[in-house]
Amino acid sequence: MAHRTPLYDEHRALGARLVEFGGWDMPLSYTSALEEHRAVRTRCGLFDVSHMGEVELRGPGAMAAMARLATNDVHRLADGQAQYSLLCNEQGGIVDDLIVYRLGPAQLFVVVNAATTVADVAWMRAHLTGEASLDDQSDAWALLALQGPRAARALGPLVGRPLDTLASFTIRDDVLAGCPVRVARTGYTGEDGFELFVPADQVVPAWRALLARVRDEGGLPAGLAARDTLRLEAGLLLYGTDMDATTTPWEAGLGWVVKGTEYIGRAALEAARQGPRRRLVGLVMDEPGVPRHGAPVLRAGQRVGAVTSGTKSPTLDSFIGLAYVSGEPTTPGTPLTVEMRGKPLRAHVVARPFYRRQTKEGA
Amino acid sequence: MNIPGELRYTKDHEWLRVEGDIGEVGITDFAQDSLGDVVFVELPAVGARLTRGATFGVVESNKSVSDLFAPVSGEVVAVNDRLAEQPELVNQSPYQDGWMIRVRIGKAGELGELLDAAAYEAHVASEHHG
Repeated sequence: MAHRTPLYDEHRALGARLVEFGGWDMPLSYTSALEEHRAVRTRCGLFDVSHMGEVELRGPGAMAAMARLATNDVHRLADGQAQYSLLCNEQGGIVDDLIVYRLGPAQLFVVVNAATTVADVAWMRAHLTGEASLDDQSDAWALLALQGPRAARALGPLVGRPLDTLASFTIRDDVLAGCPVRVARTGYTGEDGFELFVPADQVVPAWRALLARVRDEGGLPAGLAARDTLRLEAGLLLYGTDMDATTTPWEAGLGWVVKGTEYIGRAALEAARQGPRRRLVGLVMDEPGVPRHGAPVLRAGQRVGAVTSGTKSPTLDSFIGLAYVSGEPTTPGTPLTVEMRGKPLRAHVVARPFYRRQTKEGA
Repeated sequence: MNIPGELRYTKDHEWLRVEGDIGEVGITDFAQDSLGDVVFVELPAVGARLTRGATFGVVESNKSVSDLFAPVSGEVVAVNDRLAEQPELVNQSPYQDGWMIRVRIGKAGELGELLDAAAYEAHVASEHHG
């Protein structure tokens, strides 16, 4: 049986359509995925993402151990700062993507994907070096994502400290509805917003208090379907769908996350830095149809790759996707063909992200 | 779930509204709910000839893509052009504004092979819980 988050009964009571994702029964949508998507783009939405894994690295060697485990330069982090990073194998293939929060000089808090949590913990334990210990705290934490231009307005009255002093990609302790929480200004939607780490056994009242504030601001509870269309519009990758252990960061367009000097896989990645044989590109369909994962992609009649993600973009009102494409050109405007159900449909390459937020409301 | 008593149904979740020798075709409330937000409907051109049980189009949501199966054989005499711009009508109004095509029924005998509302409801229940 699939795992359930501590909010499973809340989702049922809200009438959510549940779906199995990464070994978890998760809300796919509550009312309409489209309305939930629009709520996040224009007001705010509240997601239960407690399926994500949380791992803590502690000890005087925690920073050095993380510098060895992940590709980004963890030494650039000051206390309370966060960075996006990758675990890679010796061949330079991506084991997972993650967010690293530095809570203190000897304490790192790492968030990993749900489906890969068990494998990541095993991988990190196997490659742990120096004076550092690793603690899988995934069961102890619930994780709520409050996202959208009105997220700060919705959250502000519930927490003890003013949110305008919480910068993007930082984290700090606070109290929410009487419950000790970690509040981070991070997310996976392309909007301003927060991720709230709440002790699993205290999350129900926190969720209810947040949801009431979200509704006051015209927002909605939002499910995984909206989360997927939001992250895709924002050009954010999904591990296991857009990248996996056969993909290098260069191919996935994640070279900007490869900044460390001691990480596993460095030799292979340095050797492969020049001219990856394929690149992840954004595409927009010129004929209607959702590009589906695995659909063949052709350029000038030659098969050059395959789609990894696709959707009808609610914000752009067009069909968008991501695809790996070999060879050149892959510049914006390059015409491609996506073969769907045996039918060739015209598309072209566009720059990512598909959507970028214009203004920031409140703070 | 809404299953109007005056319509006939296929096991593939299309409905047929018969008026004289014309049949109007769409997908059921159950089908639209299962698909989620419909983002694209591909339909045949007026004049196309349909064979009962063969695909006549495609309905896509972000979640999945499904073939549309002709409930009866016949010639397409009208297509709901509004669905090109507003595929969400299939979700909002599956039995009215979300209709897909109108067919001049070629073989009236085929109508007897379709399900009535009670039989369709039983079919959905068995499929859903089976």
